[in-house]
Amino acid sequence: MNIMDHLPALVVAVPLLGAFLTPLVGKVNDKLRNIFVIFIAGLTCALVFLLANQVFTDPDGIITYVFGADTEDTLKSIAEQGNPLVRILFEVDGLSAFMAIIGSLLPLVAVIYSWSFMKEHTGLDKYYTLILLMTAGMLGMMLTGDLFNFFVFLEITSIASAALIAFYTDKGKAMVAGFKYIVISSIGALFILLAIAIFYAQYDALNIAVIANNIQYGFLDKIALVLLIAALGMKSAFAPMHMWLPDAYGRAPASVTFVLIGTTLASLYGVLRVCFTLYGKNLAATGSNLGSLNLTPGFLLGALLVVLAIITIFVGVFMALKQVDLKRMIAYVAVAEIGYMLLAFSAVLISLYGGTSPNTEVVSQTALKGGLFHIFNDALDIGLLFLVAGAIYYATKETSLNKLGGLARNMKYTTIFFLIGLFAASGMPPMNGFASKILIYESTYQVNPILSVIAILCSILILAVFVKVFHSVFLGPEHVSLKNVKEVPKIMLLSMAIISGIIIFFGLFPDVVVNNLISPAAEALTNNKIYISSILGVI
Amino acid sequence: MIYNIPYFAVIALILIGLYAILFRRNLIKIVIGITLIESGVNLFLITLGYREGSTAPIYTLSPGGIMSMPVPQALTLTSIVIGVAVLALMLSFIIHIYRHYKTLDVRKIGGDD
Amino acid sequence: MIDWNSFVKIFDTGAGFWSPIIWLIVILFALLIVYIIRSYGQKSYKKGTEQTKPFLSGNPEGDRESSHVKSSNLYWGFMESMRLIYKFLSNIHTGNVSDYVLWFVVIMGIFFIVIMGVN
Repeated sequence: MNIMDHLPALVVAVPLLGAFLTPLVGKVNDKLRNIFVIFIAGLTCALVFLLANQVFTDPDGIITYVFGADTEDTLKSIAEQGNPLVRILFEVDGLSAFMAIIGSLLPLVAVIYSWSFMKEHTGLDKYYTLILLMTAGMLGMMLTGDLFNFFVFLEITSIASAALIAFYTDKGKAMVAGFKYIVISSIGALFILLAIAIFYAQYDALNIAVIANNIQYGFLDKIALVLLIAALGMKSAFAPMHMWLPDAYGRAPASVTFVLIGTTLASLYGVLRVCFTLYGKNLAATGSNLGSLNLTPGFLLGALLVVLAIITIFVGVFMALKQVDLKRMIAYVAVAEIGYMLLAFSAVLISLYGGTSPNTEVVSQTALKGGLFHIFNDALDIGLLFLVAGAIYYATKETSLNKLGGLARNMKYTTIFFLIGLFAASGMPPMNGFASKILIYESTYQVNPILSVIAILCSILILAVFVKVFHSVFLGPEHVSLKNVKEVPKIMLLSMAIISGIIIFFGLFPDVVVNNLISPAAEALTNNKIYISSILGVI
Repeated sequence: MIYNIPYFAVIALILIGLYAILFRRNLIKIVIGITLIESGVNLFLITLGYREGSTAPIYTLSPGGIMSMPVPQALTLTSIVIGVAVLALMLSFIIHIYRHYKTLDVRKIGGDD
Repeated sequence: MIDWNSFVKIFDTGAGFWSPIIWLIVILFALLIVYIIRSYGQKSYKKGTEQTKPFLSGNPEGDRESSHVKSSNLYWGFMESMRLIYKFLSNIHTGNVSDYVLWFVVIMGIFFIVIMGVN
């Protein structure tokens, strides 16, 4: 059995098997269990890198994997004899490989970080099991080519996340946050299932490629589009449905929040799949005219999402300025960053499908690359800030900004990492935040100048938020109660150093990243014919 | 017309479930609302597979006649199992919340901002 | 000679370019000029005596810890001028899970009306 042929299945199977073996290993020894979990997470990361390498060097840029039968025979029998497709597939194109790299890097760093962050807590067997289950669910969401399989992995991820958010069972607030998260996730997933049932009723297929081939834009398809975008948007924290995010991110342990960022981005990946790959050609259908605008469905969707994006950025930044709790403040900035990503993607929709401006190609490609690059950068930046907040909580056991002060004397390395995260999250050169935000600014300026102006101003407000945190936590005189604060253990510093190293590398060499990682993903997204034809043969 | 009654039942179940989630203050009633929405979606899935005059799709050597579609029934089984797991998780959260806050009123457990 | 383009690593955005290496070289040059200007300053002072204490118009310096501005008071001017917006936002973020689902239903309704109303 050749491992390289079965990589897409191994990427999901290895964390799943590791998750169920962890309690057995934990009965032997605690340190052995930690090493086993780090080994499983590292093995998943290595498998994802091999898979991404396979996808990026493939001439079509896409890899299909059929579960339960031989891939070549199944595809040949579909193309030649017209057999219906009844098996579950994983279809890995450039976008899936890109998101899978993010989705496997985040749990690895979280598991290294939680070696010493969670050392004094009990119940760590269940903690590590649930983190590996979250990894498996997240990677399954990103790689699958089947809609019902997406729903099942979404539910796996949300159940595991809800149990981990409520990890601090001695405090009431964490349990409330976990309850709110599972209620919101459950309602969103049920509406996604309703939309999947509507698709099955119309087209007798659950495979994304088969539905994308046969889809028309009738009454039921419009209902399914609204249900999918609204439910997946609620899971990705578009405003005003974002309110679960500060509760969930702010009251969970810091390493759990680090992996939760990945699951939120996986739901954003779902929005992209639905808009571009599933409904691809229908969004360009001709609509009625309103003056000089051509009201195609793509333009309407893009206009609605642009309004939501601007509201998200505003609400995120304004509420962040008011907060007193450190992790809740960073969570509101995370909401604003999701607004930036949504702004980029809705600018792509507006310029591709409603465009009357001359250079739609350049604008849409730049906005798409900016949005996708910002997904990776946001995961790294906000993740680093959450790790620093966790380090501050570990050292001082305080979370309120009013009681902290003067920590730069004792925690030098944490200060440096916070400075790197500050510059990166607010889009200052030479960090990676600037490289992706300048793509977003320049492309949304060509769609409408006001969008770009709002984006730049709110970036400056994000800088104001973090300068406030830096002043009140690290600078200033020493507090009497905080005199014995020591630097955090070296393993936590190591995990923060890994993320900072990647941030600085992306900031200094953005063209390497964009040409090798982002361009295949952007190509795969705007051209869904390759996605369809790799399963159904040439149409 | 009579074959459309299950679809009306689906819409009624989903709307009643949404009403329970939006306008009821007791945490357990909110969870019951989620269960109602889940029942509505499962009913929708099963109704899609019905063909007129068909039998259950469980025979290997069929006695003749058509059978209703088995794929939606498999999807519904998966969804019921997921619903049971989520329901158990939500109820265990409610037990812990009651121990901490001594109340089940959703407005009082709101927390800070 | 050195290939200038591959060293400088120009990153092509839609309407211009951004090169982090050129930015770093310029910043280092500017910092060098700052250091040169600073080295023209006054070097003769005695550390630890009255010359390094802050001057508060002759008033005695208070306790350091109590004069540190707390973080919830830091942006008072901004938040006071935007008081109406903050009152509106605080009233919306109730913490009530039924309100979270209410926003979901409202946004779904708006999407329905816009996407299905326009033919």
